[in-house]
Amino acid sequence: MRGVRSTLRACGFGVTIAVAGAALAACGSSDDSGAGGKTEISYLVVAREGSKAGAQAEIDAFEKANPDIIVKLDTFPEGADGDNLVKTKLSTGEMDEVFNYNAGALFRALQPDNQLTDLSGEAWAADLPDSYKKVVSTDKGMYGAPLGQSSGGGVLYNRKVYDQLKLSVPTTWSEFIANGQKIKAAEPDITPVLQAYGDAWTAQVPVLADFANVTKQDPAWAQGWTAGQKKFGQSPALTAFTHLEQLGKSGLVNKDYASMTNIQALKALADGKGAQYPMISDQLPTIAQDSPDAVDDIGFFALPADDAANTTATIWQPGGLYIPRSAEGDKLEAAKKFVAFVSSSEQGCQIQSDTGVAIGAFVSPVCKQPSDVSQAVKDVQKYLDDGQVAPALEFLSEVKGPNLDKITVQVGSGITSGAQGAKQYDDDARKQAQQLGLSGW
Amino acid sequence: MSTQARSRSLMRGFYPSWFLAPAVILYVIFFAVPTLVSFYFSLTRWTLFDHEFIGLDNFVEFFQDPQLLKGFTNTVIYAFVTSAAKIVLGMSLGLLLTSSLIGRGYLRAVVFFPVLVSTIGIGLTFKSLLDPFHGIVNGALGAVGLPQPGWLTDPNLALLSVAAIDVWKGVGIATLIYIAGIVAIPEEYFEAARVDGASAWRIFWSITLPLSRPATTTVVILSLIGGLRSFDLIWATTGGGPGYSSDVIGSVIYKQYQAGFYGLSTAGNVVLFLVVTAFVLPVFAVLNRKQVDL
Repeated sequence: MRGVRSTLRACGFGVTIAVAGAALAACGSSDDSGAGGKTEISYLVVAREGSKAGAQAEIDAFEKANPDIIVKLDTFPEGADGDNLVKTKLSTGEMDEVFNYNAGALFRALQPDNQLTDLSGEAWAADLPDSYKKVVSTDKGMYGAPLGQSSGGGVLYNRKVYDQLKLSVPTTWSEFIANGQKIKAAEPDITPVLQAYGDAWTAQVPVLADFANVTKQDPAWAQGWTAGQKKFGQSPALTAFTHLEQLGKSGLVNKDYASMTNIQALKALADGKGAQYPMISDQLPTIAQDSPDAVDDIGFFALPADDAANTTATIWQPGGLYIPRSAEGDKLEAAKKFVAFVSSSEQGCQIQSDTGVAIGAFVSPVCKQPSDVSQAVKDVQKYLDDGQVAPALEFLSEVKGPNLDKITVQVGSGITSGAQGAKQYDDDARKQAQQLGLSGW
Repeated sequence: MSTQARSRSLMRGFYPSWFLAPAVILYVIFFAVPTLVSFYFSLTRWTLFDHEFIGLDNFVEFFQDPQLLKGFTNTVIYAFVTSAAKIVLGMSLGLLLTSSLIGRGYLRAVVFFPVLVSTIGIGLTFKSLLDPFHGIVNGALGAVGLPQPGWLTDPNLALLSVAAIDVWKGVGIATLIYIAGIVAIPEEYFEAARVDGASAWRIFWSITLPLSRPATTTVVILSLIGGLRSFDLIWATTGGGPGYSSDVIGSVIYKQYQAGFYGLSTAGNVVLFLVVTAFVLPVFAVLNRKQVDL
């Protein structure tokens, strides 16, 4: 098969029919160094609301400071299609000199030891917090520089509705349901809990954001999961699925849950038509964009566990900047300079703050959060300051089943029970573990 | 060798055989090689970076997948429902549009028009038309006091709703084929039947229907293959959801690919290839044999 593989590498030839267009396009683009002795590199970011403007601002400032380097901006689509594009670009040697991609499980699926440049020797690397180093490292090296802020997974809620009905932030699951029932009784026009399965990925949040509560009860759960010993079908992780089932049957969810999209749900929350929405605080920029006046009405609390002592906020780490192995010589040096500038220079941090909306806490110690952040960000920060946090599962284990969104839609819609859903997810994760060649599955 | 034989071989060699080369090269590079390579990759665990030979494990996995059974039955239901509807509707519209009718040319264009529109465009349009709470369809139903089902969000309805959209989109082709088939029937048969005093129903049953069998064969084969391979419309409207309730083999395969299970999704494509062949070959054989018998 060596022959076939080298052909694949040579020019993205027939990789798969679905990505052939992208691969061939990449083949056609020239990556020669720019004229006049300038080094040209390209920077690949995900095509998301706002990400392009931020990236362009970083590039403009960087080029001003480094007149002999030109940086071209390139984007890739969000979600699974983007994951495949990134893998295809890496495996054909066509990856941009710097690219922005998730940390944790998705990062590990890129085979970093073979594909990425080790950055552990860079000046900024020493100052990174260990919690972040872990999610962009393998046993053999440290590959990523943080870009942006960590965010909190739990429940976004409308503080006006809470104030008006004199509710307090729930610390147990039964208080959470009780709050929902009070809202329903007092204000029939306000949806107690929003669900938005029009974007199936949002259905996963009640399960993913419950994970800190699992870690609180069993600190070694994630290692056991990677080794194939711990399962979602068993307590304590099972609770997330049974809670989701209970929520679906509670009558507290919006009637149009099956078709509502994430953007509609965030709008309903900001408008006070919905009171609570299990979500990750990285969605706050959408509220800032669509409902700028309501930003400070939104608060955040951790997804409640059965026992208040276990209620802990789940933390998502920001994605990293990576340099592929295919970047060499002048381009590699230019790429390293660019990564250091964007991720860990004061000017780079300032641009991140100016062009982005705060969603949690900066990872790089050089970057400082401005003081005028929204209430939800302050709430997330409070959990961080109190140490009432634990990382999401995808930052502790590379095993993440690809169908959690469909499985949680089925549980939340009452098509399957929580226990069945948990079992299905365990089977789903097994495929991923086998694909990664892990033992114990 | 006789002169006649030599002149025939000269005739055959009139165009040099290397005229075939461009087509053959394109076919080999873009079809034959990937197909053969995919048979190999279906037996591996493939990450795009490297691959490991695992024998038939992917096929075992594929057939144990909870989505697959659902996807498989859904595919069969979808293929048969859309084929049957396209035959019945295509035949009726074909009859209507070959009769003397005011504005016949215009109506033919109208029926054919949906075929020209992009499938994804149709999917997205219907997704908004059929939105359970803000869609125009349920708005109209609500206005006259009828129930307003969740066309694409009710697990029991989603697949059939997509099938209905597929029929709306595809019936133009079926109609076109039937029009051609019906027009090709010699006028003498109809004249003779009318002279003998046959009713319109009798003419349809004894002349039009049997003599348009070639058209029926084409429509059945095309819509059956199309139905079995269906993917784009389902992906644009429901994405296989809610949950797995409108998944077909095509969308199951695509999800495996999205998840990065490249070997598994290739195995799925091999399965799809075999399923389509297994369905279509016998149908083709049976329909063509009857045509000869006629």
